[in-house]
Amino acid sequence: MATITAEPMSDARPLTAASHGERNPQSLVFLILLWLSLAFGLLVLAVLLVTTFLDGLPRMDSALFTNYASQLNPETAGARAAILGSALVIGVTALMAIPIGIAAASYLEEFASRKSRFAKYVELNVQNLAAVPAIIYGMLAAAAAVAIGLQRNTVLAGGIALALLILPVVIVSTREALRAVPQEIRQGSLALGASPMQTLQRQTLPAAIPGIATGTILALSRAMGEAAPLLLLGGLVFVQFDPNGLLSGFTTMPIQIFNWAGRSQEEFQQLAAAASIVLLVLVIAMNGVAIVIRNKFSNPR
Amino acid sequence: MSTISAGAGPSTTSRGPRPSSEPPTSLRSTRPRYGEKAAYAFLVVAAGVSILTTVGIVLSLLLPALQFFREVSVLEFLTGTSWTPRFQQKSYGVLPLITGTLWTTAIALSVSIPIGLGAAIYLSEYASTRTRKIFKPTLELLAGVPSVVYGLFAVVFVGPVVLNQWLGIEVGTFSVLAAGLVLGVMIIPTVASLSEDAMSAVPRSLREASYGLGANRMRTVLRVVFPAAISGIAAAIVLGLSRAVGETMIVAMAAGSQAKMVTNPLEGGQTMTGFIASAALGDSVQGSLDYYTLFAVGLALFVITLIINLISIRLVNRFREEY
Amino acid sequence: MTDPTTTPPVDSPVPTFSDLAAEQHPTLDPTGEPTVDPTSTITTRRPEPIDAGRIELSEAPRAVLSCTDVSCYYGAFRAVNEVTMDIGVHEITALIGPSGCGKSTILRALNRMNDLIPGTRVEGTIAYHGMDIYAKDVDPIEVRRRIGMVFQKPNPFPKSIYDNVAYGPKVTGMKVSNMDDVVEQSLRDAALWDEVKDKLKQSAYGLSGGQQQRLCIARTIAVKPEVILMDEPCSALDPIATARIEDLMLELRDDYTIVIVTHNMQQAARVADRTAFFTAEAAEGNGDRTGHLVEFAETTKIFSTPSDPRTEDYISGRFG
Repeated sequence: MATITAEPMSDARPLTAASHGERNPQSLVFLILLWLSLAFGLLVLAVLLVTTFLDGLPRMDSALFTNYASQLNPETAGARAAILGSALVIGVTALMAIPIGIAAASYLEEFASRKSRFAKYVELNVQNLAAVPAIIYGMLAAAAAVAIGLQRNTVLAGGIALALLILPVVIVSTREALRAVPQEIRQGSLALGASPMQTLQRQTLPAAIPGIATGTILALSRAMGEAAPLLLLGGLVFVQFDPNGLLSGFTTMPIQIFNWAGRSQEEFQQLAAAASIVLLVLVIAMNGVAIVIRNKFSNPR
Repeated sequence: MSTISAGAGPSTTSRGPRPSSEPPTSLRSTRPRYGEKAAYAFLVVAAGVSILTTVGIVLSLLLPALQFFREVSVLEFLTGTSWTPRFQQKSYGVLPLITGTLWTTAIALSVSIPIGLGAAIYLSEYASTRTRKIFKPTLELLAGVPSVVYGLFAVVFVGPVVLNQWLGIEVGTFSVLAAGLVLGVMIIPTVASLSEDAMSAVPRSLREASYGLGANRMRTVLRVVFPAAISGIAAAIVLGLSRAVGETMIVAMAAGSQAKMVTNPLEGGQTMTGFIASAALGDSVQGSLDYYTLFAVGLALFVITLIINLISIRLVNRFREEY
Repeated sequence: MTDPTTTPPVDSPVPTFSDLAAEQHPTLDPTGEPTVDPTSTITTRRPEPIDAGRIELSEAPRAVLSCTDVSCYYGAFRAVNEVTMDIGVHEITALIGPSGCGKSTILRALNRMNDLIPGTRVEGTIAYHGMDIYAKDVDPIEVRRRIGMVFQKPNPFPKSIYDNVAYGPKVTGMKVSNMDDVVEQSLRDAALWDEVKDKLKQSAYGLSGGQQQRLCIARTIAVKPEVILMDEPCSALDPIATARIEDLMLELRDDYTIVIVTHNMQQAARVADRTAFFTAEAAEGNGDRTGHLVEFAETTKIFSTPSDPRTEDYISGRFG
């Protein structure tokens, strides 16, 4: 019987060279490049935060919060109108976007049949609207305001613009939160003789609240940082009063920053940086809260 | 009747009233449930808001734009190379704005694609779970920074310090380069996040097959994982492209408001979004041609992003189907 | 090995709990079919129908639910073919058979839970006290109020124990003078009160599997249905918890009608008054197996003198 002998491979390397596969120069360079990519992103973020902080620090005084903006005296100007305006507008935005977003997501997720053409159109629209440039929502809000006889530069119009902007985001994240609720909960409720609407209101939605809260807070933090949609409402740039209602004129932090940044005097640049610090703190805080909620409630039971 | 009840307590005492032994007379609904019908109607209307929004956007752009095109021919608009709506000699060729958008977008993608993909590959293929848990949300924070803050950063730091001082690249107050670079940084998380999802979704078995054949990790990533995730990665890039095209504040603040055919990124230039922003801030009389110009550009912007978005949606759906 | 056909155990003494515990509980093999340990101390291989105070069964059940030529379809696929049987009032009826023979499908058709799956269709008539439950003007919610269901995996709501039980009466609009009493009574009837009376406000998820299942039973009986459907209620539980639930079923029989799907023949033998045996057969050459009702009779008869050879094969373990 012929013996089978194995021919040694001509360029056989000992098995210990297997790890060399990971150590060759190519792989190392690759890994370094990848690591540098990640580091670059984080580095830029850090530099941005640090420079903004350093630039704005001299103006982090109480005047920033209590005084109004001024064309002539940057030393005493403040962002009071902008801070209050942002708070008010975000409140209006939340009141509009959250109920409509949750309702639309509930319809799509819990009630629409697979074959419904209406539901398909809605889904397609939501996907598209999520990527429409922010400034176009401003145009829509301006046109809508004029159409219903509302003055453009009002808190209500601003709220509408931002609410429509973040509505797709709220819908998508609410749908995901609803999907995460186990089907058994719904079945248990229906088997007891509850109607689908009762099941939604009393079991499914309450169980989905952490996910909904996370998505909503992230959406609102984005709305807080947006300036483009509000630019088209006009009249927002030189506001020296507290906003006092839905129909009042207003300005917001991002708009104020935009305005100050465009001035040539360095004091205004400082002001812009200081206001940016305030805005960043708020945005980061909201993101943090959202992440905490997500982590705290994401334990499967 | 057996009373087997280890620890279940007395079983026959105080039984509740027996369920009625009379058969029910009908199974029709006993309560009209008007409240629920109203709630359902609310859900349907809320869903319809999305469709209304799209219709609203189209109308609010189309109607004024049509007014614009009554006075300016579509051909001139689309092919003219001079955009001077404010000057005495008015010309309405939108190409300069488009070149502005193209340049800023191209620079932004040239930053965000390599870095975004690099970070994504690192997080998905090399990083430990703990590293990923810490750094992925931190990278997402880049997306949370408001665009005005980015714009300020571009004007105050990237232009004067990074480009002029550190790199010795001479740029003025406004430059397409500074705007494009910062725009790129802003969309890194968009590209990275979706790419990372796409690569994580590639089944382990594919990687293991590659390792089993003796390939090292780099080869596996480049030759196996990356191609397998390509539609998700393409979707990520297209989404980043869409955001770059649509972004307003950074380019308005850093690229300038001089509309011209951009050939030199070291100079300023105006993008479509930048024009809309500056026109919105200017005083144009409602109903004038000036006013309608805004909407014509807006319409062009909407159409361009719509095309990009539809491509992106199709890619995302294909990516979702594969895994 | 005694020949079960010649010595039907009619007058066995009332077994105690320790007897039941000592009886070999069958384990499921990977295909999900019950197997019986041949070295068990009980010498007969077939399950012995235990006459635990069995009600004298009349020949035909006094029907609360009756199926006539019922077929269930998932789209074009016929899952169950032409079932005709009556569920007797205040009886425990067991549906047994190998996997994939449509037992759960038929069960879920009885309270219109199949409606939740898109594409399902029911042909034939399922009548509740003579009324077709799939008729056009019938509200499925009313059907489910009267025909409740307990699921295979306990599925308490993410709420407190109290709220779990109170949920049903609340949403169905039951007129309740004192909810605390209703909750207590339901928990007592489900043999759970003593274990949870001090922690009613705690989350239901803190309970053990067996307790959670009894909680699910408690909340089902809180709405006072007439019929309780149970879809393999003990398959996710350990033997001790299983035994307690079986005891509970026997107690509940006085006030409710129970239909149970089970993979466990011994369980059917222990608790059921009547048993229906289903099997699955490949239909018309396309490989899809459709369920059929093979035999439906008193449990004692099914397990001692089945009429159909397929039944005989199944219960003696010749096929799973």
